[in-house]
Amino acid sequence: MKLYNISMGNIRRRKAKMIFLALGLIIGISTVVTLLAITETMTLQIEERLDKFGANIVMVPKTENLSLNYGGIDVGGVSYELREFDQASLGKIHTIKNAKNLGVVAPKILGAAEAGGKKVLLMGVVFEKELALKTWWHKKGAFPETGDQVLLGASVASVLDQAPGKRLTIGGRPFTVAGVLMPTGGAEDNAVIAEMSAAQALLGKPGKVSMVEIAAFCRGCPISELTLQIAEKFPDARVTAMKQAVMSKMQSIEMFKSFSLGVSALVIGIGALLVMVTMMGSVNERTREIGIFRAIGFRQTHVMQIILLEALVLGIFGGIAGFILGNLAAWGIIPMVIENGGFAGINYKLGGISLLMAAALSLLASLYPALKAGRMDPSDALRVL
Amino acid sequence: MTTHLIEVHELNKVYPAGDTRVVAIDHMDFFIDDGEFVTIMGQSGSGKSTLLSVMGAMNRPTKGRVMVDSLDLYGLTTEQRADFRSEYMGFIFQSFQLVPYLTVFENVMLPMAVTGRKKREKNDMAMGVIDRVGLSDKAHRLPDQLSGGEQERVAIARAIVNRPPIILADEPTGNLDSETAKEIMALLQGLNREGHTIIMVTHNPEMEAHAGRTIRMKDGRILHPRIAA
Repeated sequence: MKLYNISMGNIRRRKAKMIFLALGLIIGISTVVTLLAITETMTLQIEERLDKFGANIVMVPKTENLSLNYGGIDVGGVSYELREFDQASLGKIHTIKNAKNLGVVAPKILGAAEAGGKKVLLMGVVFEKELALKTWWHKKGAFPETGDQVLLGASVASVLDQAPGKRLTIGGRPFTVAGVLMPTGGAEDNAVIAEMSAAQALLGKPGKVSMVEIAAFCRGCPISELTLQIAEKFPDARVTAMKQAVMSKMQSIEMFKSFSLGVSALVIGIGALLVMVTMMGSVNERTREIGIFRAIGFRQTHVMQIILLEALVLGIFGGIAGFILGNLAAWGIIPMVIENGGFAGINYKLGGISLLMAAALSLLASLYPALKAGRMDPSDALRVL
Repeated sequence: MTTHLIEVHELNKVYPAGDTRVVAIDHMDFFIDDGEFVTIMGQSGSGKSTLLSVMGAMNRPTKGRVMVDSLDLYGLTTEQRADFRSEYMGFIFQSFQLVPYLTVFENVMLPMAVTGRKKREKNDMAMGVIDRVGLSDKAHRLPDQLSGGEQERVAIARAIVNRPPIILADEPTGNLDSETAKEIMALLQGLNREGHTIIMVTHNPEMEAHAGRTIRMKDGRILHPRIAA
């Protein structure tokens, strides 16, 4: 016979009351787990979308000129002083401190060329990199596989009356239109996209690039710091982080996180109160029994141990059950509240925290009832002697 | 000077009751020797149960001292008194006071839950006393599966399992029929013969015959104090 036998015996005897007590913890913990799982899924989904979104850092040569273009409309007929990087120097990007966060580095050469009797924007790209970056590109036909094939933006194809398989002469050199992009609403709608070396040759800029788009993996990556690190390696470049979209979305998530934590704290508080009230009730009901324990030689600390052991067992049970229920609820709720959202999976670290939190909460809420029980005077408790 | 097992000096216990005070024990002086079987008799409200709780280190007196084996009980801390009760005293409560969710065996084991004895020793001691009170075949039953007399036997087994020198019993036969009461008294007499000092509170004059000495109480005082002492 040990003190825990008494605790377990009491739990077995008062099943209904103990389930009610554990329910307070289960509801509290499952609410926290559900809300955190939803937040986690939202964060992951947005991060994944941002990773797929394409470039989040753009590097262009530094210039004193200001852009006089708004929404695709040029004003003032300003002639730009076009400057380029050496393509060979781009390898330096991979020497920055956070190089492991770099995903795709996609260089481009830009210039005007004559195609089908019209001036067009010619964009030279490394297709392998570009397609990895522009996952939303859809096309009719195919993507170019050789240097004599081009990809046309939707507007260009329409103006030049081109379609996949047709021949197109650019700067006096014959090309085959491998594919036509579906409208994207971006700059590529107006571009003729060719293999980098072919475009460089057509524009008379061999080994040069006009800009570099970089996709950095966002999860935990410090975009601003990456930008600074790249700028340090390329003093003549203007490196810009396209982080507004990221920031606004992350701010929304942060707000939801704060809201979730607030709700969780409230639910946990109510749960703790429920545990305390139930434990107090249990102690009051067991006055006589506690009197017997004290009379036959149990110390105050022994009585407290019995009560706290019960609280610990219920806390552990509540923590495990709350974690399971919370994950089940998240699994059921997430597809309903997040479009195309799927349950991110069981977070075992959160499981550990839930267990500790439930046990600590249960112990803390039972501390006063345990103290009260321990301090009971045996003769008062028994009222018979 | 002779040393007695229990010495009660100038004992006084007053309970506040609203604006007034109830004097439960009024200047009592007596002693009990080792190996005695003493009954404390009196009408309801005479203070006998209060006296038992004070002697049992459970109820601090308003004034006076209780010495057990030359130890001033109320000079000890609360926790020391708990240890003292565990080691020196066995209690048989009115209405048995068994823990309902523990079996006979577990109820008897209860006082040993806070002792440092080894599991095997505890088991042997518990089974020994259960056998002694004749309940070996019912060791794994719950209290509500036993008769009143059997529950009283469990209460006695629990009181003696730690082998305390002093057994305090509060109306141990109060809820039993006369035949069962006689059996219980015989059991207590047997324990007394084995050396346990027994102090039993009762208001039943028939039980007096089983004891060696009787202390009669009225209104918190001892009647015929010279005879009682």
